[in-house]
Formats: sequence, structure tokens, C-alpha cells
Amino acid sequence: MSDPAVLVVGAGPAGLSAAHELAVRGVTGVLVVDREASAGGIPRHCDHTGFGVQDLHRAMTGPAYARRLADRAAGAGVRIRLSTTVAEVGADGSATLVGPDGIDVVRPRAVLLATGARERPRSARLVPGDRPAGVFTTGQLQQWVLLAGLPVGRRAVVVGAEHVAYSAVLTLRHAGVRTVAMVTSLPRHQTVPAFAWATRLGLRVPLRTSSRVASLDGHGRLEAVDVEDLVTGVVDRIPADTVVFTGEWVPDHELARRGGVVTDPATLGPRTDGWGRTSRPGILAAGNLVHPGETAGLAALGGRAAGRRLAETFQRATVRPAVGSLLTVAPPLVSVVPALVDPDDLPDRLLLRTAAFTDRRLVVARQSGREIGRHRLRHSVPNRSLGVPGAVVGAMVSDGGPVELTLI
Amino acid sequence: MHPGGDVEFDVAVVGAGVVGCAIARHLARAGASVVVLDRAVDVGDGTSKANTAILHTGFDTEPGSLESQLVVRGRSLLADYAAAAGIAVEPTGALLVAWDDEQEARLPSLVDKAAANGCADVVLVGAEEVRAREPHLGPAARSGVSVPGEWVIDPWSVTLAFATEAVGIGTVLRLGTPVVGLDVGDEGLEVRTPDDVVRARWLVNAAGLGADRIDEMLGHRDFTVTPRRGQLIVFDKLARRLLTRILLPVPTARSKGVLVSPTTWGNVLLGPTAEDLEDRTDTATTAEGMARLLADGRRILPDLGAEEVTATYAGLRAATEPGGYQIHIHGDQRFVSVGGIRSTGLTSAMAVAEHVAGLLDGAVATWSGRPVATPPPVMPPLGERQVRPMRDPVRIAADPAYGTALCHCEQVSRGEVRDACHASVPATDLGGVRRRTRAMNGRCQGFYCGAEVVALVAAETGTRATTLTRVPR
Repeated sequence: MSDPAVLVVGAGPAGLSAAHELAVRGVTGVLVVDREASAGGIPRHCDHTGFGVQDLHRAMTGPAYARRLADRAAGAGVRIRLSTTVAEVGADGSATLVGPDGIDVVRPRAVLLATGARERPRSARLVPGDRPAGVFTTGQLQQWVLLAGLPVGRRAVVVGAEHVAYSAVLTLRHAGVRTVAMVTSLPRHQTVPAFAWATRLGLRVPLRTSSRVASLDGHGRLEAVDVEDLVTGVVDRIPADTVVFTGEWVPDHELARRGGVVTDPATLGPRTDGWGRTSRPGILAAGNLVHPGETAGLAALGGRAAGRRLAETFQRATVRPAVGSLLTVAPPLVSVVPALVDPDDLPDRLLLRTAAFTDRRLVVARQSGREIGRHRLRHSVPNRSLGVPGAVVGAMVSDGGPVELTLI
Repeated sequence: MHPGGDVEFDVAVVGAGVVGCAIARHLARAGASVVVLDRAVDVGDGTSKANTAILHTGFDTEPGSLESQLVVRGRSLLADYAAAAGIAVEPTGALLVAWDDEQEARLPSLVDKAAANGCADVVLVGAEEVRAREPHLGPAARSGVSVPGEWVIDPWSVTLAFATEAVGIGTVLRLGTPVVGLDVGDEGLEVRTPDDVVRARWLVNAAGLGADRIDEMLGHRDFTVTPRRGQLIVFDKLARRLLTRILLPVPTARSKGVLVSPTTWGNVLLGPTAEDLEDRTDTATTAEGMARLLADGRRILPDLGAEEVTATYAGLRAATEPGGYQIHIHGDQRFVSVGGIRSTGLTSAMAVAEHVAGLLDGAVATWSGRPVATPPPVMPPLGERQVRPMRDPVRIAADPAYGTALCHCEQVSRGEVRDACHASVPATDLGGVRRRTRAMNGRCQGFYCGAEVVALVAAETGTRATTLTRVPR
């Protein structure tokens, strides 16, 4: 096959939005590759509404949003190749594509990685016990129910209390499974109050706060979940045949790391500037690969920003690596994206995350001990994005050392 | 079937683990009609599936012991067999690393022991050289011992290959069939199952964790089995860059220690713990076990702590009292008992089979058929360093199903899962699919592919998804 100008890896919201932006801005030869048989990424199996509000300014269901993004990109001239795996991105910028038609090596001028994120599964959370059936992540559960129509079980425990955990409860309900408990190690839920109330009062799902899963019981099939109250140390055995581990998003960074891209120790995704540029010239990254666990809309906007900047410079220059000063955070903040900022080319927004609930709402930016900006947050809830305008670090000095963001 | 009576088989083997399958293969090649019975629904579904996947040299076995002889012989047989069958083996070598004075003081005696076991290439390595060979080792690493002959192997394919070969030459595999009783008759033995009676002229007990119970059915108390649980942690493939060899602990009076090893699937394995239990089915991991492993892992390879865990599991080893290989023939009962085959059993299995055949020859056992010399079956390439179907343009061109990814993390195609469901020793459950293809064994543990794998396996095996995933009624 002929070499694409830009190879986009991943046909989720970020990849499709980046590809669309590139195409409408005149870059021809944009190829999006996805290993799944249909385009759209995770929204394909999120059968609730609310998608598209941030980027397309209208609300739709996940599957409708997935189709819309794919149609838009294709309509702008983007080629989308499905059921195709990018097995490797080589040091020379080549990419190896594997699909039912065979193996191709292509040499695009730029590769944009938009491989997304997955939820950390039970094993990686080191939850003790045997390995019974009936243990899910939300993504697996949604595909199980909505794409494959497979049977689930009767009684479920949902681990987590952020947005996606509430989405899991709805999917379970759709599959005829009663959620008998939600479990979060934090002292409160981390979603919008309306979801939490509706689930607790409307669906009568009790939320066990400050608790964790101590172990799973059951040999062939799950029989019970042992839940420990972190305050009292008391362990309750909750009979259940199904458990869903939600959240704890881990970027699918394998291609990026194998391609020699520097990753951020906090997000585990590639360290980028505001335009998706990474430590490697010619390799960009966007979406939940960079900021795992954000909404599809934010992923789409990130892809769009990366696509726009790439299109602007594509014809006249090689794709340079990210430059700028490093942003760092102090606890309870855990991460900031992008981690590299050039004061002459500020990103629209910074995305922060906090590990714990806090009353502190004021984000203060300091460089070499000198305050350079501040911004008041609307909330400071863990497992949700805390958006801050890029201008908060606008007064930074190039080569003035790292900028630290603190909550006070 | 046989002239002169109602004896159905020359040999019944109880236990379809790596040892039972190796014995069945060996005797079937010698001309015996063989039946293998196991309570599990798949071969290698007990102790054999949860080992540390090392092709041992026997350098640390008791010199002159039966185990020492059989491990040394078995290693050579299995290395050749694996090469012929296309089973993944990586000649990594091993490095024993000392972490304190006591361990360091033990090293010379380990070199002497290795020499007594015929491993002349096992030598002391100074601390600087240890660090040069494995630069990611923790700062407390001292000197060590190099064991070039310790390699890593794909353990699941070994058992499967033995079973596949045996079945190919007429062995009857009766899985999901527990042995509930044994009777000795004039013509041979009667093996009672819940549904019927299987008659055989000879019986071989290779029942692993259940070996003492089978022995007891015939009145023998030569050994007792204590399940020894070993918990293991498998790290992501991105951790593979942290080591090139198997990193072995130096055993001391206080502790046997844990190892860190590359796997042929491209991961890193940490473990095992060693806990003596009562319950012969308790394959659960524990918080304490994993915390201890992680602490050891961080001491051995500090950077391991930053990598994702892919899987955790526990296996039960069949530790016997008295220890050591317990292989006994009771000619009067036409019975051979093979017990105490601990973690070296994967390596020694072919030699154990040869040894058992020797004992049977000594007892003038004869077989109803003629010897056959079949080549080993060609097993699917599961090793990360082998050319797997998704990287093989010829196979994809011949059948696009080999280019259609099913499990993305492990790069398993739909074609491979389909094949596993229709093999001569087919996968009948999801565990069987995992061991034959690696599907769902990767970092996402089914986040992306779980639903598709279940749907495909249900369709290919004709088993309901409810049954495959044991959904309660």
C-alpha cells in the first residue's frame, strides 16, 4: 500500500478527531488504523447519552457518537482501516500493520498515537483469592452485554464510585443483574450528585465508602466478595457471582514505549506538550493515552488540538519533538497534562488530578519559588478532571526551571 | 480388543499432568494400548499448569539421587523434543545471586554440588561481573553463580504435545473422569470411575497431588502428599528488558527464596512462595503472599515495582514425605507408583517415563501392539521469539483468520483460537484456550477481547457461554 502522510493509530474519539482536523486543514493521505472491526473506540459500547457535548455541542449516545466521528472523518477524506493491528512503530518511523489482508510496512511522515486506556484489571490490583469466572472490568462487561449479548450473572459488586462505576451499574441492570454494593476506598462517591442519588435511592444500591475489596471467594465461579472497612478493619462477606472493577485507567502505552517515547511517571502515558508532541520527532500522542480516564469529549478535543497544530506546520517543517518547561504537581495533586509547556505557545487548558478529596480549591503555579499564577477550581474531586486555563502558567519564564502546581 | 479375555488396555495411567502424559506417550510408542484418566477437564490442569517454566539442569539436586539422574537425562530429552515439536525454549541461562554473607558463603558448595551433578559449566561469578551481566539488579546484590544450562520453556505446550502425540497413536484420553476405586484381579486391574469400570493389565499412578490416595486404594503407604502452595506474579512484557537471565535465589537453612525469570511469552515471572497446606484445592493467592513477593521483587529488581502486573496465580506442588522422587513398582499388583515428582517434573518427565518403562520391562510386562516411531507433533508457536501467525505473511495469505486479531495484548488471531477448539486434544473451556493460545493472558485480562473470545469459543466448541463462564442458574 502507498505510504500515508499521517498514520493515526486508534479510531477512538481522539484519533478520529485528529484525523478529521488534519483532513479539513488540507493534509491529504491521512490513514486511521484500528484493531477492532468497527470504528469509534470505547463509546461504541457505552449505551448512554451525554457524548458529544464537549466537542460537537450536542448530546448523543456512545454508539451514535462513535458513528458520527467516523462518518465525519471519512467524509473529510480520511481513510479508515479496521481489523488492523499496528504491531510496531520502528525507530526509523516505519510502522508494521497486520490484518486479514496481510502484513504491510508503511513509512508515514508522522504517527499520531491515540491508543486509549484500559481499566486496571483485578490481577494488576493484586486482589487476593482464586481465579473464578465472573470477574469483569467495565469495558469487558459493556462489550459482553452490549456487543456480544452474553449472560452475566445475578448479583454484582461494583468496585469504584466514579462516573464509570455508575455506568457499570446501569449496564448490569440492563443485563438483569442486581448490584448489591458499590465499594470505594475514598470517603465519598466521585460522580455528579444526581447519578449518586439516583443509584443509591432509585436503584437501592448501597455505597460502601472508605472500604476496599480484601479478597474474592470462589473457585470455578465467584461466590462472594470480602469487603474490608478501612476505618474499623471489619471484613464483610458479600455473596455475589459477579464483580466489576471500574476505573483505575492505565494508558495503552505499549507502542509508545516500544517506540522509545518518554512517558510521564504519574499518568504512565507519553509526556507531551499541549499539541501532542512527544520526546520523539514524528511521533505524537493524544486522548486517553495521554490523560487516561478523561471523557470522550476531552479526548476528542485533545486530538483536534494535536491535529490542528500538526496540519499548520506539516507542509513546511519536520515534526519536531515537544519542548518546554516541565510542569510538576504537589500532593494531593497527582498529575498534570500536558507536562511540557512552552510559554510562547500556551495550551488552552491544563488537566489536573487529585488523589484525595480536599477543601483546597486554589491552584497556585510557582516557578523557582515565585508565584506566576493562580486559579480557583469549581471542585476538587478525585478521579475527575480538574481543568485549569493554560494562562495560569502564562507568566512562566522559558528556561526558568520547572513550574510547580499546588493546591492551597 | 485384546486376545484372551476382557482386558481392555495394556496400561491405565491415572493423571494427565506432564508426567502422566509423558508416560502415556512413551508406553504407547512402545506398543502399549493406553488409557489416561484424570478428574480435570483438560490435560496439565493441576500441578503442571502453574510451575515456574524452567528447563532445569539438575545442578542443585542431591547428587546420585534418582531425581538427579532423571532431571539430567530428562533435560536432554526434552530439549531435543521441544526443538522438534516447535515448543518455545529460550537458552537464557541462570544467575544465582547472593544478597548477604550467609548466602555468599554457600556459593562454593553449590558449585561443587553442580559439578557432582555433571554440570561442569556452573561457576562462581564476582560481584562486578554479576552487575555487568544484570545491570538492573538491586544495589545489595553480591557475587553469584552462573548456571548457563538453566533455560526457560513453554510448559503448557509440553504436556499438550505429549498428550497430542499419545492420542495420535491410539491412546484414549478420559478427562473429567475421577478414579473412585481400584481392584486387583487375576488378569489385571479394575479402575472404577463414577460411570464405569476400566480394565487394564497395568496401572501407573501419576496422580500428582492425589498420588498418595491412589496408592492407598491398593494398600500402599510409601509416602504422603502435602500440597505446597506457590504464589506467582507475572509482570507486563515491558518489564522484560530488566533482565536477560533467570535470577535464582541462594537457598539457605532459613529460606528457599524466590526467583525472577523471563518467560517464553515475553513476560517476567516472580515467585514462588512455599506454603504447606491441608486443602488440596486451595489455589487462592493471599495478600501476605503477594506482599512478600513484591518486597522480594523490588529488592532483586527495583525497577520491577514500576511495571504493571499482568497476572497473579497460585499452584500446588505435590510435596511428599519422605521427599525425593518416589517411583515404586509393585509387580504382584501390576502397579507402578510415580510420586514426589516436585517442581523438576516438567524437565524430568520424559526420563521418568523412560524409567517407568524400564521398571515395566524388568517385570516382563508385554504390550499388545508393535512399537511405533512417530515424529513429535508440531505445536502452535506460542513463544514471543517464535514467528507467530499474526507475523507470518504466508499463513495469513493462506487463511486470513490468522491475520485477524482476537486477543490484542497477546497478539492471538481468531484462527489460533478456532484451531485450539478443534485440535486432537481440544480446548473445552476458557482455561484450555488460554493455555493453547495465550488469549486473555495479557495485560488487559479481557478488557478488550473477553467477550469476543467467549463468543468465539462458545460457537466453535458448541458449549453455551453460560457453561463456559459458569453463570449460576
